[in-house]
Amino acid sequence: MKDLVSIRDVDKKQATAIFKLADEMDSKSAPRKLAGKVLSTLFFEPSTRTRLSFHTAAARLGISLLDIESVGDSSIVKGESLVDTIKIVDGYADCIVLRHPLEGSARLAADLAEHPVINAGDGGNQHPTQTLIDLYTINRLKKKVGGLRVSLVGDLKYARTMHSLLYGLAMFGAEITLVSPASLQMDNAFIEDVKEQFGAKVRASNDMNFRDCDVLYVCRIQKERFADPYEAVRLQQEFRITLDSLKGAKDDIIILHPLPKVDEIAPEVDKSEKVRYFEQARYGVPVRMAILSDIMG
Amino acid sequence: MRAGESGEVVDMLTVEQIENGTVIDHIPPGKGLAVLTILHIGADFKGRAALVMNVPSKRMGRKDIVKVEGVFIDEKNVDRVALIAPQATLNIIKGGKVSGKNKVELPTEVSGVFVCPNPKCVTNHEDVETHFTHSKRGLCCRHCERCFSPEELAK
Repeated sequence: MKDLVSIRDVDKKQATAIFKLADEMDSKSAPRKLAGKVLSTLFFEPSTRTRLSFHTAAARLGISLLDIESVGDSSIVKGESLVDTIKIVDGYADCIVLRHPLEGSARLAADLAEHPVINAGDGGNQHPTQTLIDLYTINRLKKKVGGLRVSLVGDLKYARTMHSLLYGLAMFGAEITLVSPASLQMDNAFIEDVKEQFGAKVRASNDMNFRDCDVLYVCRIQKERFADPYEAVRLQQEFRITLDSLKGAKDDIIILHPLPKVDEIAPEVDKSEKVRYFEQARYGVPVRMAILSDIMG
Repeated sequence: MRAGESGEVVDMLTVEQIENGTVIDHIPPGKGLAVLTILHIGADFKGRAALVMNVPSKRMGRKDIVKVEGVFIDEKNVDRVALIAPQATLNIIKGGKVSGKNKVELPTEVSGVFVCPNPKCVTNHEDVETHFTHSKRGLCCRHCERCFSPEELAK
């Protein structure tokens, strides 16, 4: 891969190669083979896990970081365009990791930069490294992705994580159930797209019953999307994962979440052995090490 | 009744021949105004232009026709017309005669023609050319990856 802008740019073979490399990176003897290289992490929006795990991944590979602490410290506040910022940073760094609120900003950066660009989230559009972490986690914990029954629960309309994950799961041949309030259903265009491209099995449901489910992937309902905050609270309660909603679920079901979680999963569920989202967050490091190695190596 | 530039019989009362310019024929009925809009022919246009709506047509039943004096539409504008009138015929009129006749074709890729309707798309904030690819999901923006109907893009 030259750049990683969208999960649509990654095929199954490339994703599988990243998984294999991530397994190697997760071993204690991962080589610091990129010493001397410079990675610029440009975060124009707040980030905790993505930023920290990229920094950790870079440190473990021996890569030096060129980081803007905050947009307020940069020329952006002086009105510099993204185009100019990318051209300047491209002259300093061997690779750019970009998070930016504008959709398509990473594609623009990749077109402009001679060095590789990795999209760390462009507004509501794509977050491909998160999708690869999600798929890696499923593959590592369940030993496969194809054929698994995966339920995506929560805000399927606005959450970029869910759009990209639907694509990735469909690419690997998982059977997908979309569970959401009617007002937060996934846009039909996304569903038709994966059905056409991969012959994916996708069905929509509002039933919080996970009896046949192998993987339960939850994301939060964003209160800011609702004019009436009470409506958001009501829907969150209705679509909340509790020990009760997990009754009848398979013993080996795994529960994943891109984090941060707020109140979409009851605190008592955190103690369940079915919960694997903290492990999922940890895999952010080896997967991002694998991506950096593939792109910068 | 007489033959118009488009070669079909049209009503003399409503359509006058032009000397030099473009006649866009076989526009779906009701879409003629949109064709004028995407060609930026509005209140500021100083030349002569005519829009004839719901003209009887052997091929289409009914159709709209647009005539613009003194304007020869370029390739970019042909792409724009094709989006809302994929069956349209372009007639270039010179010296009162049809000098060229072309059918528009719906392009598979369009660069630098349309503004992305997504206000959060980077192309609306930075100096960069838009690029749309035609797919079954509609016309998809290369940057923000959102897809739109031809009508949404032609606005």
